[in-house]
Amino acid sequence: MNLLPDLFLTFFKIGLFTFGGGYAMIPLIQREVCTNKKWLKEQELTDIVAIAESTPGPIAVNAATFVGFRTGGLTGACIATLGVVLPSFLVISLISFALNAFQDNKAVQYAFMGIRAAVLALILKALWMMFRSAKKNPFSYFIMGAALILTAFLKTDAVFVIIGCGLFGLIWSLRNRKEQSRDTD
Amino acid sequence: MILIELFFTFLKIGSFTFGGGYAMITMIQYEAERHNWLTQAELVDFVALSESTPGPLAVNMATFVGIRTGGIPGAAAATLGIVLPSFLIILIIAKCFTRFKDHKTVRGIMSGLKPAVAGMIGTAFLSVGRTVFFPSGLKSGCFSDASFLICLGIFAVTAVMAFKKVHPIRIILLSAVLGIGAGFGLGL
Repeated sequence: MNLLPDLFLTFFKIGLFTFGGGYAMIPLIQREVCTNKKWLKEQELTDIVAIAESTPGPIAVNAATFVGFRTGGLTGACIATLGVVLPSFLVISLISFALNAFQDNKAVQYAFMGIRAAVLALILKALWMMFRSAKKNPFSYFIMGAALILTAFLKTDAVFVIIGCGLFGLIWSLRNRKEQSRDTD
Repeated sequence: MILIELFFTFLKIGSFTFGGGYAMITMIQYEAERHNWLTQAELVDFVALSESTPGPLAVNMATFVGIRTGGIPGAAAATLGIVLPSFLIILIIAKCFTRFKDHKTVRGIMSGLKPAVAGMIGTAFLSVGRTVFFPSGLKSGCFSDASFLICLGIFAVTAVMAFKKVHPIRIILLSAVLGIGAGFGLGL
C-alpha cells in the first residue's frame, strides 16, 4: 500500500479504537506502529512518550505527527495527524446531535446526575496520579498550593500560572545546580 | 467572530495543556465563563462524554465546545486550534533535537510544571465538586437533600473503582445506571 493512505488509515484506526486518551493509547500505538508497520523502533516510541510528557498536547497526536514526519515528511505529518483526530471529530459531532434530541428525557437527566459524580471520581484519580509523578519536596508542594489558590480562588488565567511555574522551576533548578557544583569544588 | 474566537482560544489552551486532558478542564472553564459559552454542568457532561468516546480527551472536549458554540465549522476551528501547537512543536523536535527530554532546561521547566498541573487539576476537582454536590448553590438543608446523598454514594463507589484501575468507560456506564436507578426509584 502507498505510504500516505497507509499512514492515514493506521492513525484513523488508532484514533477510533483508543478510549480515554493518554497512556491507555500506548499499547495500540505500539502494536500498529512498531510491530505491524515497523515505522518506529520500540526505543523511539519510548522517547516519543517522554517527549509528549514535556510538550503540550495529547500523546496520540504527538505520536502521529512524529511518525508521519519521520516516514513521509511534512505531508506525512499532516496526513497522520488528520487521521488520528478525524474519528474524535466525527463521533463527537454525532453525539452532540443525539444529546440535543434527548436532553429533556428524564432518564438521560438521571443518567447524567450519576455520570457527573463519576467524573468527579475520575478527576480525583487524575489528581492523585499527577501528585505522585511530581517530586516530593517543599518546592513542589509550594507550587502545587500556589497553582491551586491562583486558579481556584483568585481566578487567574491558567496560562499565566503555567508560564510562571515553568520559569520558577527553571530558575530554581539552575540555582540548585550552581550550589551543587560549588559544593563539589 | 465566533470561529476566530474559538480558534485562538483553543490555540492558547493547546499551547499550555501539559499532563493529559484533565488540567485543561480548569482552562476551558475559565474561557467558557469569560466568553459565556457554556454552563459548568454542561462542561462536566462534556468531560464524561469525551472520556466515553474514542480519541484523546483534549481533542474531544475541543470538538464538543466548538460544535456547541459554533456548529460544525466551530468544531473544526476549535479542533484545529487545539492540535496545531503540539503539531508544530513535535515537527521542530523531530527535525532538530531528539534528546529533548534530557535537556537540562526542559527538566528544570518540567520540575515546576508538574506540580502546577497537579494544582490545576485540584481546581478542576473543586469546581466540578461544587457542580455535582451543590448544583443550586450552598444553602441550608442541602446536605440532607436526597440528590446530594445519591451523588455522594455514586462518587464514593466510582472513586474506589477508579483507584482499583477499572476502565473509565465501565465506571461511567455504571454511574449512569446508578443515576437512572436512583432517580426513578426515589422519584426525584
